[in-house]
Amino acid sequence: MSFMEESISSLHEKIKNKEVKVSEITESAYQRIQEVDDSINAFLTLDESNAMSKASELDEKVAENGDQPLFGIPAGIKDNIMTAGLKTTCASQLLDDFDPIHNATVMERLNEQNIITVGKLNMDEFAMGSSNENSGYHVTKNPWNTDYVPGGSSGGSAAAVAAGQVPFTLGSDTGGSIRQPASFCGVVGLKPTYGRVSRYGLVAFASSLDQIGPITRTVEDNAYVLQQIAGHDDRDSTSVDVSVPNYLSAMEGNINGLRIAVPKEFLEEGVDAGVKEQIQTAIKTLEGLGAEVNEVSLPNSQYAVAAYYILASSEASANLARFDGIRYGVRKDGDDLIDVYKNTRSEGFGEEVKRRIMLGTFALSTGYYDAYYKKAQKVRTLIREDFNQVLHSYDVILGPTAPTTAFKIGDNINDPLTMYTNDILTIPVNLAGNPALSVPCGFSNGLPVGMQLIGKPFEERILYRVAHAYEQATEHTKERPAL
Amino acid sequence: MKFDTIIGLEVHAELKTDTKIFCGCSTNFGAPPNTQTCPVCLGHPGVLPVLNQRAVDFAIKAALATNCNIAQYTKFDRKNYFYPDNPKAYQISQFDQPIGENGSIEIEVDGKKKSIGITRIHLEEDAGKLTHDEDGGSSLVDFNRVGTPLIEIVSEPDIATPDEAYAYLEKLKAILQYTEVSDCKMEEGSLRCDANISLRPAGQEAFGTKTELKNLNSFTNVQKGLAFEEKRQAQELLSGGQILQETRRWNDDRKETVLMRVKEGSDDYRYFPEPDLVRLYIDEEWESRIGAEIPELPDARRARYMADWEIPAYDAGVITQAKASADFFEETVAAGADAKQAANWLMGEVNAYLNANHKELDDVAMSPQGLAELIGLIEKGTISSKIAKKVFQELIEKGGSPEQIVKDQGLIQISDEGELKDIVEGILNENPQSIEDFKNGKDKAFGFLVGQTMKATKGKANPQVVNKLIKEGMESR
Repeated sequence: MSFMEESISSLHEKIKNKEVKVSEITESAYQRIQEVDDSINAFLTLDESNAMSKASELDEKVAENGDQPLFGIPAGIKDNIMTAGLKTTCASQLLDDFDPIHNATVMERLNEQNIITVGKLNMDEFAMGSSNENSGYHVTKNPWNTDYVPGGSSGGSAAAVAAGQVPFTLGSDTGGSIRQPASFCGVVGLKPTYGRVSRYGLVAFASSLDQIGPITRTVEDNAYVLQQIAGHDDRDSTSVDVSVPNYLSAMEGNINGLRIAVPKEFLEEGVDAGVKEQIQTAIKTLEGLGAEVNEVSLPNSQYAVAAYYILASSEASANLARFDGIRYGVRKDGDDLIDVYKNTRSEGFGEEVKRRIMLGTFALSTGYYDAYYKKAQKVRTLIREDFNQVLHSYDVILGPTAPTTAFKIGDNINDPLTMYTNDILTIPVNLAGNPALSVPCGFSNGLPVGMQLIGKPFEERILYRVAHAYEQATEHTKERPAL
Repeated sequence: MKFDTIIGLEVHAELKTDTKIFCGCSTNFGAPPNTQTCPVCLGHPGVLPVLNQRAVDFAIKAALATNCNIAQYTKFDRKNYFYPDNPKAYQISQFDQPIGENGSIEIEVDGKKKSIGITRIHLEEDAGKLTHDEDGGSSLVDFNRVGTPLIEIVSEPDIATPDEAYAYLEKLKAILQYTEVSDCKMEEGSLRCDANISLRPAGQEAFGTKTELKNLNSFTNVQKGLAFEEKRQAQELLSGGQILQETRRWNDDRKETVLMRVKEGSDDYRYFPEPDLVRLYIDEEWESRIGAEIPELPDARRARYMADWEIPAYDAGVITQAKASADFFEETVAAGADAKQAANWLMGEVNAYLNANHKELDDVAMSPQGLAELIGLIEKGTISSKIAKKVFQELIEKGGSPEQIVKDQGLIQISDEGELKDIVEGILNENPQSIEDFKNGKDKAFGFLVGQTMKATKGKANPQVVNKLIKEGMESR
């Protein structure tokens, strides 16, 4: 029996009742990783001996702490989240030897819950990319078809869950980096409201957009994880002091009378017919469950990708400046200080990272600031107002997570613009700050399609409620890739 | 041709918070390198700044004390540049919304008062400290200082002479010390000053090209550096040359400014709002709470000393320059001392002692009560002012009560005429020549006789009584 087929709540019951040992679960995770990771390459670093000894320790503590909902549950962590003592590279050669001295707040919270950290997951370098092809190490593959990308940047996190390696992973989402790979890999991914989960210890890509969120096989599993990582953190001034509700109470299944908005811009040209079809079928299912669905407009969303690439790149140009080879990371020596900087950063960063640093540096330069950065901020305000307005009359906004299903490895990598527009449906949400979730809603040509649900700030519960009702009414999350 | 000199000063002052501006590390000076650091101030990946509210309080206080308007809404910005002492490769500073703007302070040079405008006061974090290996092989960086809260105080180009620059700095330092916002110790780097100076033909409106002076590690060097630069620029312009926009370094050994680099255009720091911090809203309650913490400032105290105690303007100015000395003065008066006498002692013996021994008032054992007692003993005639100086030496070094010192050392003044008369008679009998000389108009001889009497009494004789007795003794001869 593979424990990896079970929900977090079922694993929790079995651990608590001593039907199964934490070390057995942990072992089965590593076994599954050994079986399939050669074909999907989701992990960058495995921490087997520490994880196994932690598991043995936990087996002695079941009586004491076994009530903790995530006690003994194995997890994979995206490699841009600081794990003290466990190498954290952001999939960058520049941080090849980086051994953090501190834990991210989310890791502290999960460690208090006694989870088992199995290893660190592949990603696009510094979370910049939509395919995992920008990893400084290797390309993670889509478990549904290994010729295809898993999406990005949290591609490793989505693939690991889809492949049944671990019950849950953490990803980070700046412009769709949790939702798009969740969509491509047929799993559930949540980008919480900006400020819901502490960013402390998440290596910043774009500080005003980044959020950490869970990736799981089911909606309920997702709620279990968010419950533990959400909440104000004194170390993150942008984390908001709003009380954390009981997310599991959202699994009640009733969406009768719920008002759902479908922006017409989310189903326009550029969205694959196969994707559209699955979304339309999903809408019918939701209507069948009693939801009212209407078409609306988010007129400024068309400017989101442009605004995003200015704002995110601008912030990134400063956030990534600390990687200079002076205090940590792989230093490439030179004749003088400037040479050390140039060599370290030229050789340490990959092409996409350098492209965005240059883009951001340019956008912030004197004489261009008003035309780019300032204007993009204004666009951001308009986009936020669009969402506010629609969500004033609706409970949820619905659409596809990505305009396409997963694309073939190598197809878009030399065409940044096409790559960037793959995030056209997720980026506006980051700019607005709202929570959004991707839930599997069928297949197109054998590849998963994801449905995106967007809610009001701090109303993750409604997303869970709708997604859970939908999940229970369909069979999509029960599908497994043949690996 | 005559020139007008235009000077503007940029002062950085470290705030006296216990911890750094964006993390909980200590700001103590002098700890072993890199012992007051954490992932946040070291700029490790994934860390975030959390604003120390005390730093904001202090910045508001400094801004209010220099008559600035306080921004109701303000924010922090990132100033981007690469340097090994700047671990994030950006400094968190304030770009277009400083905490304080449009302030002024009043200075006085040669008895003339002048208001110097303050363009802005903003908050920012300090950088680390680099030490360069003498052999040029390597550089070391100490991150203890990185993240120490600073305010940058930018003056208007209202300063017309190096003397005014000096007076401005003295006044600014006094205000920052009075408000206890900063220690202002230039030798520890808690106060730093860069100066901009340009010349223009007298009467011309447009500014000339300015140079920026660095490494001005004392107020005197600011004055000297500006004086040197003023002369250098004038000579350059008079000989038909041109001033380039340069950064120049004061060389204290050679007493001259030396070219560091010529600036081409301005540096592009690509400022943008710091996304890791939320915007700051300073409401009236906050502003007035801080305003209420501001003590009486030096100008007000000086005026009060002049009005209430008739202390001369110059003396009142010197005493109020440092809060410590003004407080000491007031406590001395409160302990019963005559204000004028207290001022005289502070201006005279006390200052001389402090200067000679490179000490501050805080470092000495003497208390204001001690000084007041000493002044009282002189007034009562218990000791002569000559003996008082002897007592003072003991008092300032070891503290304690002057009365006790006088008793222990048997220094009480002899004012008893009967006791002194015998001694004076003896001296007169031994020195008939001196009496003769005095009667022949040699005044010096009188002094000699007084001196002999004092010597015989080991300085304890009351000089007035001695004078009287000698006069009487000579007249009766």
